[in-house]
Amino acid sequence: MSSNNDSEKDKRAQSGFSRRSWLRGAGIGTSVVGAGVLEQEAEAQVTPKVMSGEVEITLDINGRKRSVKVEPRTTLLDALRNRMDLTGAKRVCDRGTCGACTVSIGGKIVYGCSVLAVDAVGKSIQTIEGIATEGQLHPVSAAFVNNDAQQCGYCTPGFVMAAKGFLDKHPNPTVEQVEKGLAGNICRCGTYVGVRKAVLEAAKNYKGGSNA
Amino acid sequence: MPEYKWPPMGKRKVMGQRINRLDGPVKSAGRAKYPSDLNPQGLLQTAMLTSPYAHAKIRSINLDAAKAIPGVSGINLFVQPGAEIQWAGAEIALVAANTEEIARDAVRAIKIDWEVLPHVVKDENLAKAGTRAKAAGEQVTGDPEKAFSEANVTLEGEYGIPVITHCCLEPHGNVISWKGDKIDYWPSTQAVSTVATQLATLINVPATNINVTCDYMGGGFGSKFPPDSWGAESAKLSKGSGGRPVKVFLDRATELTIAGVRPSHYAKIKIGAKSDGSITAWQSDSWSSGGFGGGGMSPIPYVFVNIPNRRNNHAAVSLNSGPQRAWRAPNHPQAAFLTCSALTDLAAKLNMDPLALLHKNAGLTLRADTYRNQLEKAAELIDWKNKYHAPGEGKGTLRRGVGIGVATWGGGGHASKCKVTIHPDGSVEVELGSQDLGTGNRTCISMVAAESLGLPMSAIKVKIGNNSYPASGPSGGSTTIGGVSTSTRKASLNALEKLFEKVAPALGVAADQLEAVDSRIQVKGNPNKAMSWKQAAQKMGPSPIEEMGENVPAQAAREGLNTLGAAGVQMAEVEVDTETGIVKMRKLVAVQDCGLVVNPKTAESQVFGACIMSICAALYEERVMDAVTGRVLNPDMEFYKLAGLPDIGEIVVHMDIQEVHDKRGVIGLGEPCAIGGIAAIANAVHNALGVRVPTVPVTSDRVLNALGNKRYA
Repeated sequence: MSSNNDSEKDKRAQSGFSRRSWLRGAGIGTSVVGAGVLEQEAEAQVTPKVMSGEVEITLDINGRKRSVKVEPRTTLLDALRNRMDLTGAKRVCDRGTCGACTVSIGGKIVYGCSVLAVDAVGKSIQTIEGIATEGQLHPVSAAFVNNDAQQCGYCTPGFVMAAKGFLDKHPNPTVEQVEKGLAGNICRCGTYVGVRKAVLEAAKNYKGGSNA
Repeated sequence: MPEYKWPPMGKRKVMGQRINRLDGPVKSAGRAKYPSDLNPQGLLQTAMLTSPYAHAKIRSINLDAAKAIPGVSGINLFVQPGAEIQWAGAEIALVAANTEEIARDAVRAIKIDWEVLPHVVKDENLAKAGTRAKAAGEQVTGDPEKAFSEANVTLEGEYGIPVITHCCLEPHGNVISWKGDKIDYWPSTQAVSTVATQLATLINVPATNINVTCDYMGGGFGSKFPPDSWGAESAKLSKGSGGRPVKVFLDRATELTIAGVRPSHYAKIKIGAKSDGSITAWQSDSWSSGGFGGGGMSPIPYVFVNIPNRRNNHAAVSLNSGPQRAWRAPNHPQAAFLTCSALTDLAAKLNMDPLALLHKNAGLTLRADTYRNQLEKAAELIDWKNKYHAPGEGKGTLRRGVGIGVATWGGGGHASKCKVTIHPDGSVEVELGSQDLGTGNRTCISMVAAESLGLPMSAIKVKIGNNSYPASGPSGGSTTIGGVSTSTRKASLNALEKLFEKVAPALGVAADQLEAVDSRIQVKGNPNKAMSWKQAAQKMGPSPIEEMGENVPAQAAREGLNTLGAAGVQMAEVEVDTETGIVKMRKLVAVQDCGLVVNPKTAESQVFGACIMSICAALYEERVMDAVTGRVLNPDMEFYKLAGLPDIGEIVVHMDIQEVHDKRGVIGLGEPCAIGGIAAIANAVHNALGVRVPTVPVTSDRVLNALGNKRYA
């Protein structure tokens, strides 16, 4: 997700040249942008753990430790959706492109479909279900409602998580920064006009930060 | 009988206000449970085996190894040995298992002996289609030969718009539980009230046994009406497991391969005109494909239907590729693109501004005044006067241009029944077997009921998304808002009339002298002779008032609550980098009439969304088939490209809300705004470059190919 690489993104924004649009034109692709940080972390692990069949792991989700049985190949997204009934994150592309499964791990915004559940052990995971206090809307969610930044709504939780992560790092963004920062989420109904407004409005009402 | 007509535009208190969608909070908090989010107790997950071949026969199927995998509950076949498969991705087998991971292992363990047969999957070139092209017969009006021979200017052009897919973010699928004679069915559907009957036929049970629930659904765009083969097989797998619920949702690759496409459309077009721009003759030789069944002719010439002399020939090309489904405004975006591209090229040949050409020929449309007004308004909003230049005129390697697309649609209300219940405590329920695809339908229903009952929206409980509620039509063809607004209006006023009868004696007037205003029942125009809504309800006695209201399409014209016929004009401004071929959206303007607008906020959102969909199809989106393997090359969201937030530029929506349109009644909006944008953008590229990029999406390779050796500086 774009908010992980702001300095690089900002440089690109200044040059007026986006990798995404260049790739689109050239008709070639790239690996997942969003999982980059975790991939680096995974590479840093020296001893590979060999596991097969179902194993019980403990995940730290929305401030609660929860036990769940997963297979080594089970993605964090599938663990959340299929095994823990946390269905706010959606499975859409399942290949790290569309951002509908966006969650936060250790304060970093990632695609849940591109992280293995077993790799998320010991890290603090936050999902859309955990960003608001009970009975209240998170200011970013509220801005999405006010600006009608949703239609079918299937991409919306991912957008809200990405927007929150973005605003935590860019509390006072420009329109261009919002567009680049949320380029890792795709909507089919076409709610981007509302999303653009919602994120700018949320920036006023929600003073994010790395500890928010 | 109450007077059902809408209150005058200036007197409405709820309708016409900019209201946040009611399900916005639950959706944006991630708490809305879509069918794909449901995890009922004992759920079985599934994985589907699909055909790797575009055309093949199945000699044999061996399920032994797959069945032996622990955790597999059942495997059902969609086809039997001997079957001939006509497209890659066709359904072969569905495995139900305790987990998705196990189901996928079982799919890999199924052994099939294939006899691979030759396939055809490309349709760009009609000459190569051979026997796969079936002529649809010639249509001739007037004397095209004579008209062309007398024309001062003749334009000949060739244009193409390829197959695209629906790419619903929530894939097609359902959760279903079949226990004894009770089937609980949670499909992601556009057709809450009709899908049960279709499923009942497939699995041979009475429709009365099937309870359909769909509170939210993640996009349909015309592709989510039927229960589909996987709905039926998942039902049987549930029954076979002793009633465990079964979840089936297509994976992304299968979703993009078989869950519906919009047919391609290619055409060689010839237009004859007088020197002053009056169009006299049209000829088109077109072909299209939406899969094995070919594809029908789009309505060309589009909007300018009354060109006096016309000749149309069309061929349907049968391909070994996934089948077409209705795609938001079926055949219209293609028709608009083909027609408006050719008209723009004709204008260039006449050395005329295309805006002037369309004005000149507005008489060939069915609503000349409306189109003239809309062309003027759109031109003003995009600053056509200053932005338009002769095609290709300009300096530098970055070139800007503007273009036009036009649209028309029906959109009359579908058959819809609504039940309004006023309880003795004053609470109100509104029930319809309708669905909210993300259009804001739920919110609009609430607004109509609130307006009609003189209550705030918070006093109304809207219940949709279940087939136990009174039947409402499927959401297709932009027919929903006309249908549900009418049935809700009538049911609300029918219920109110009953309430007036109960209250009238206490207020000492006849029931027809009462009105409901600001949560009060009062003598018409006299707030001093009134009682609160709650007090009024207490006069009802112990039984609630339950009244029905119905939209009967054949009566709609007489009643005047909803109607059909929406016109629209869109204009685009783009910037093209002539060195890289990259096209960037600067601005898209949509001028849209849609009659009485219930909720301008959600209505505008629909138009914004349609504009963005048009940007996708104009610049990015295309299903690419591989001639060698016969498979879709880009069945994912990396290479099946949709616009992102940085790609859309500025979008201006003008709803054309004014009394003259409002008086026509409610008209559906979903499709008319999703038609003209592609043409507008493609024509803007032409204006920027002075060269026609004949096929959309206008990707950088297509731009560079069209430019050839032409250099810009």
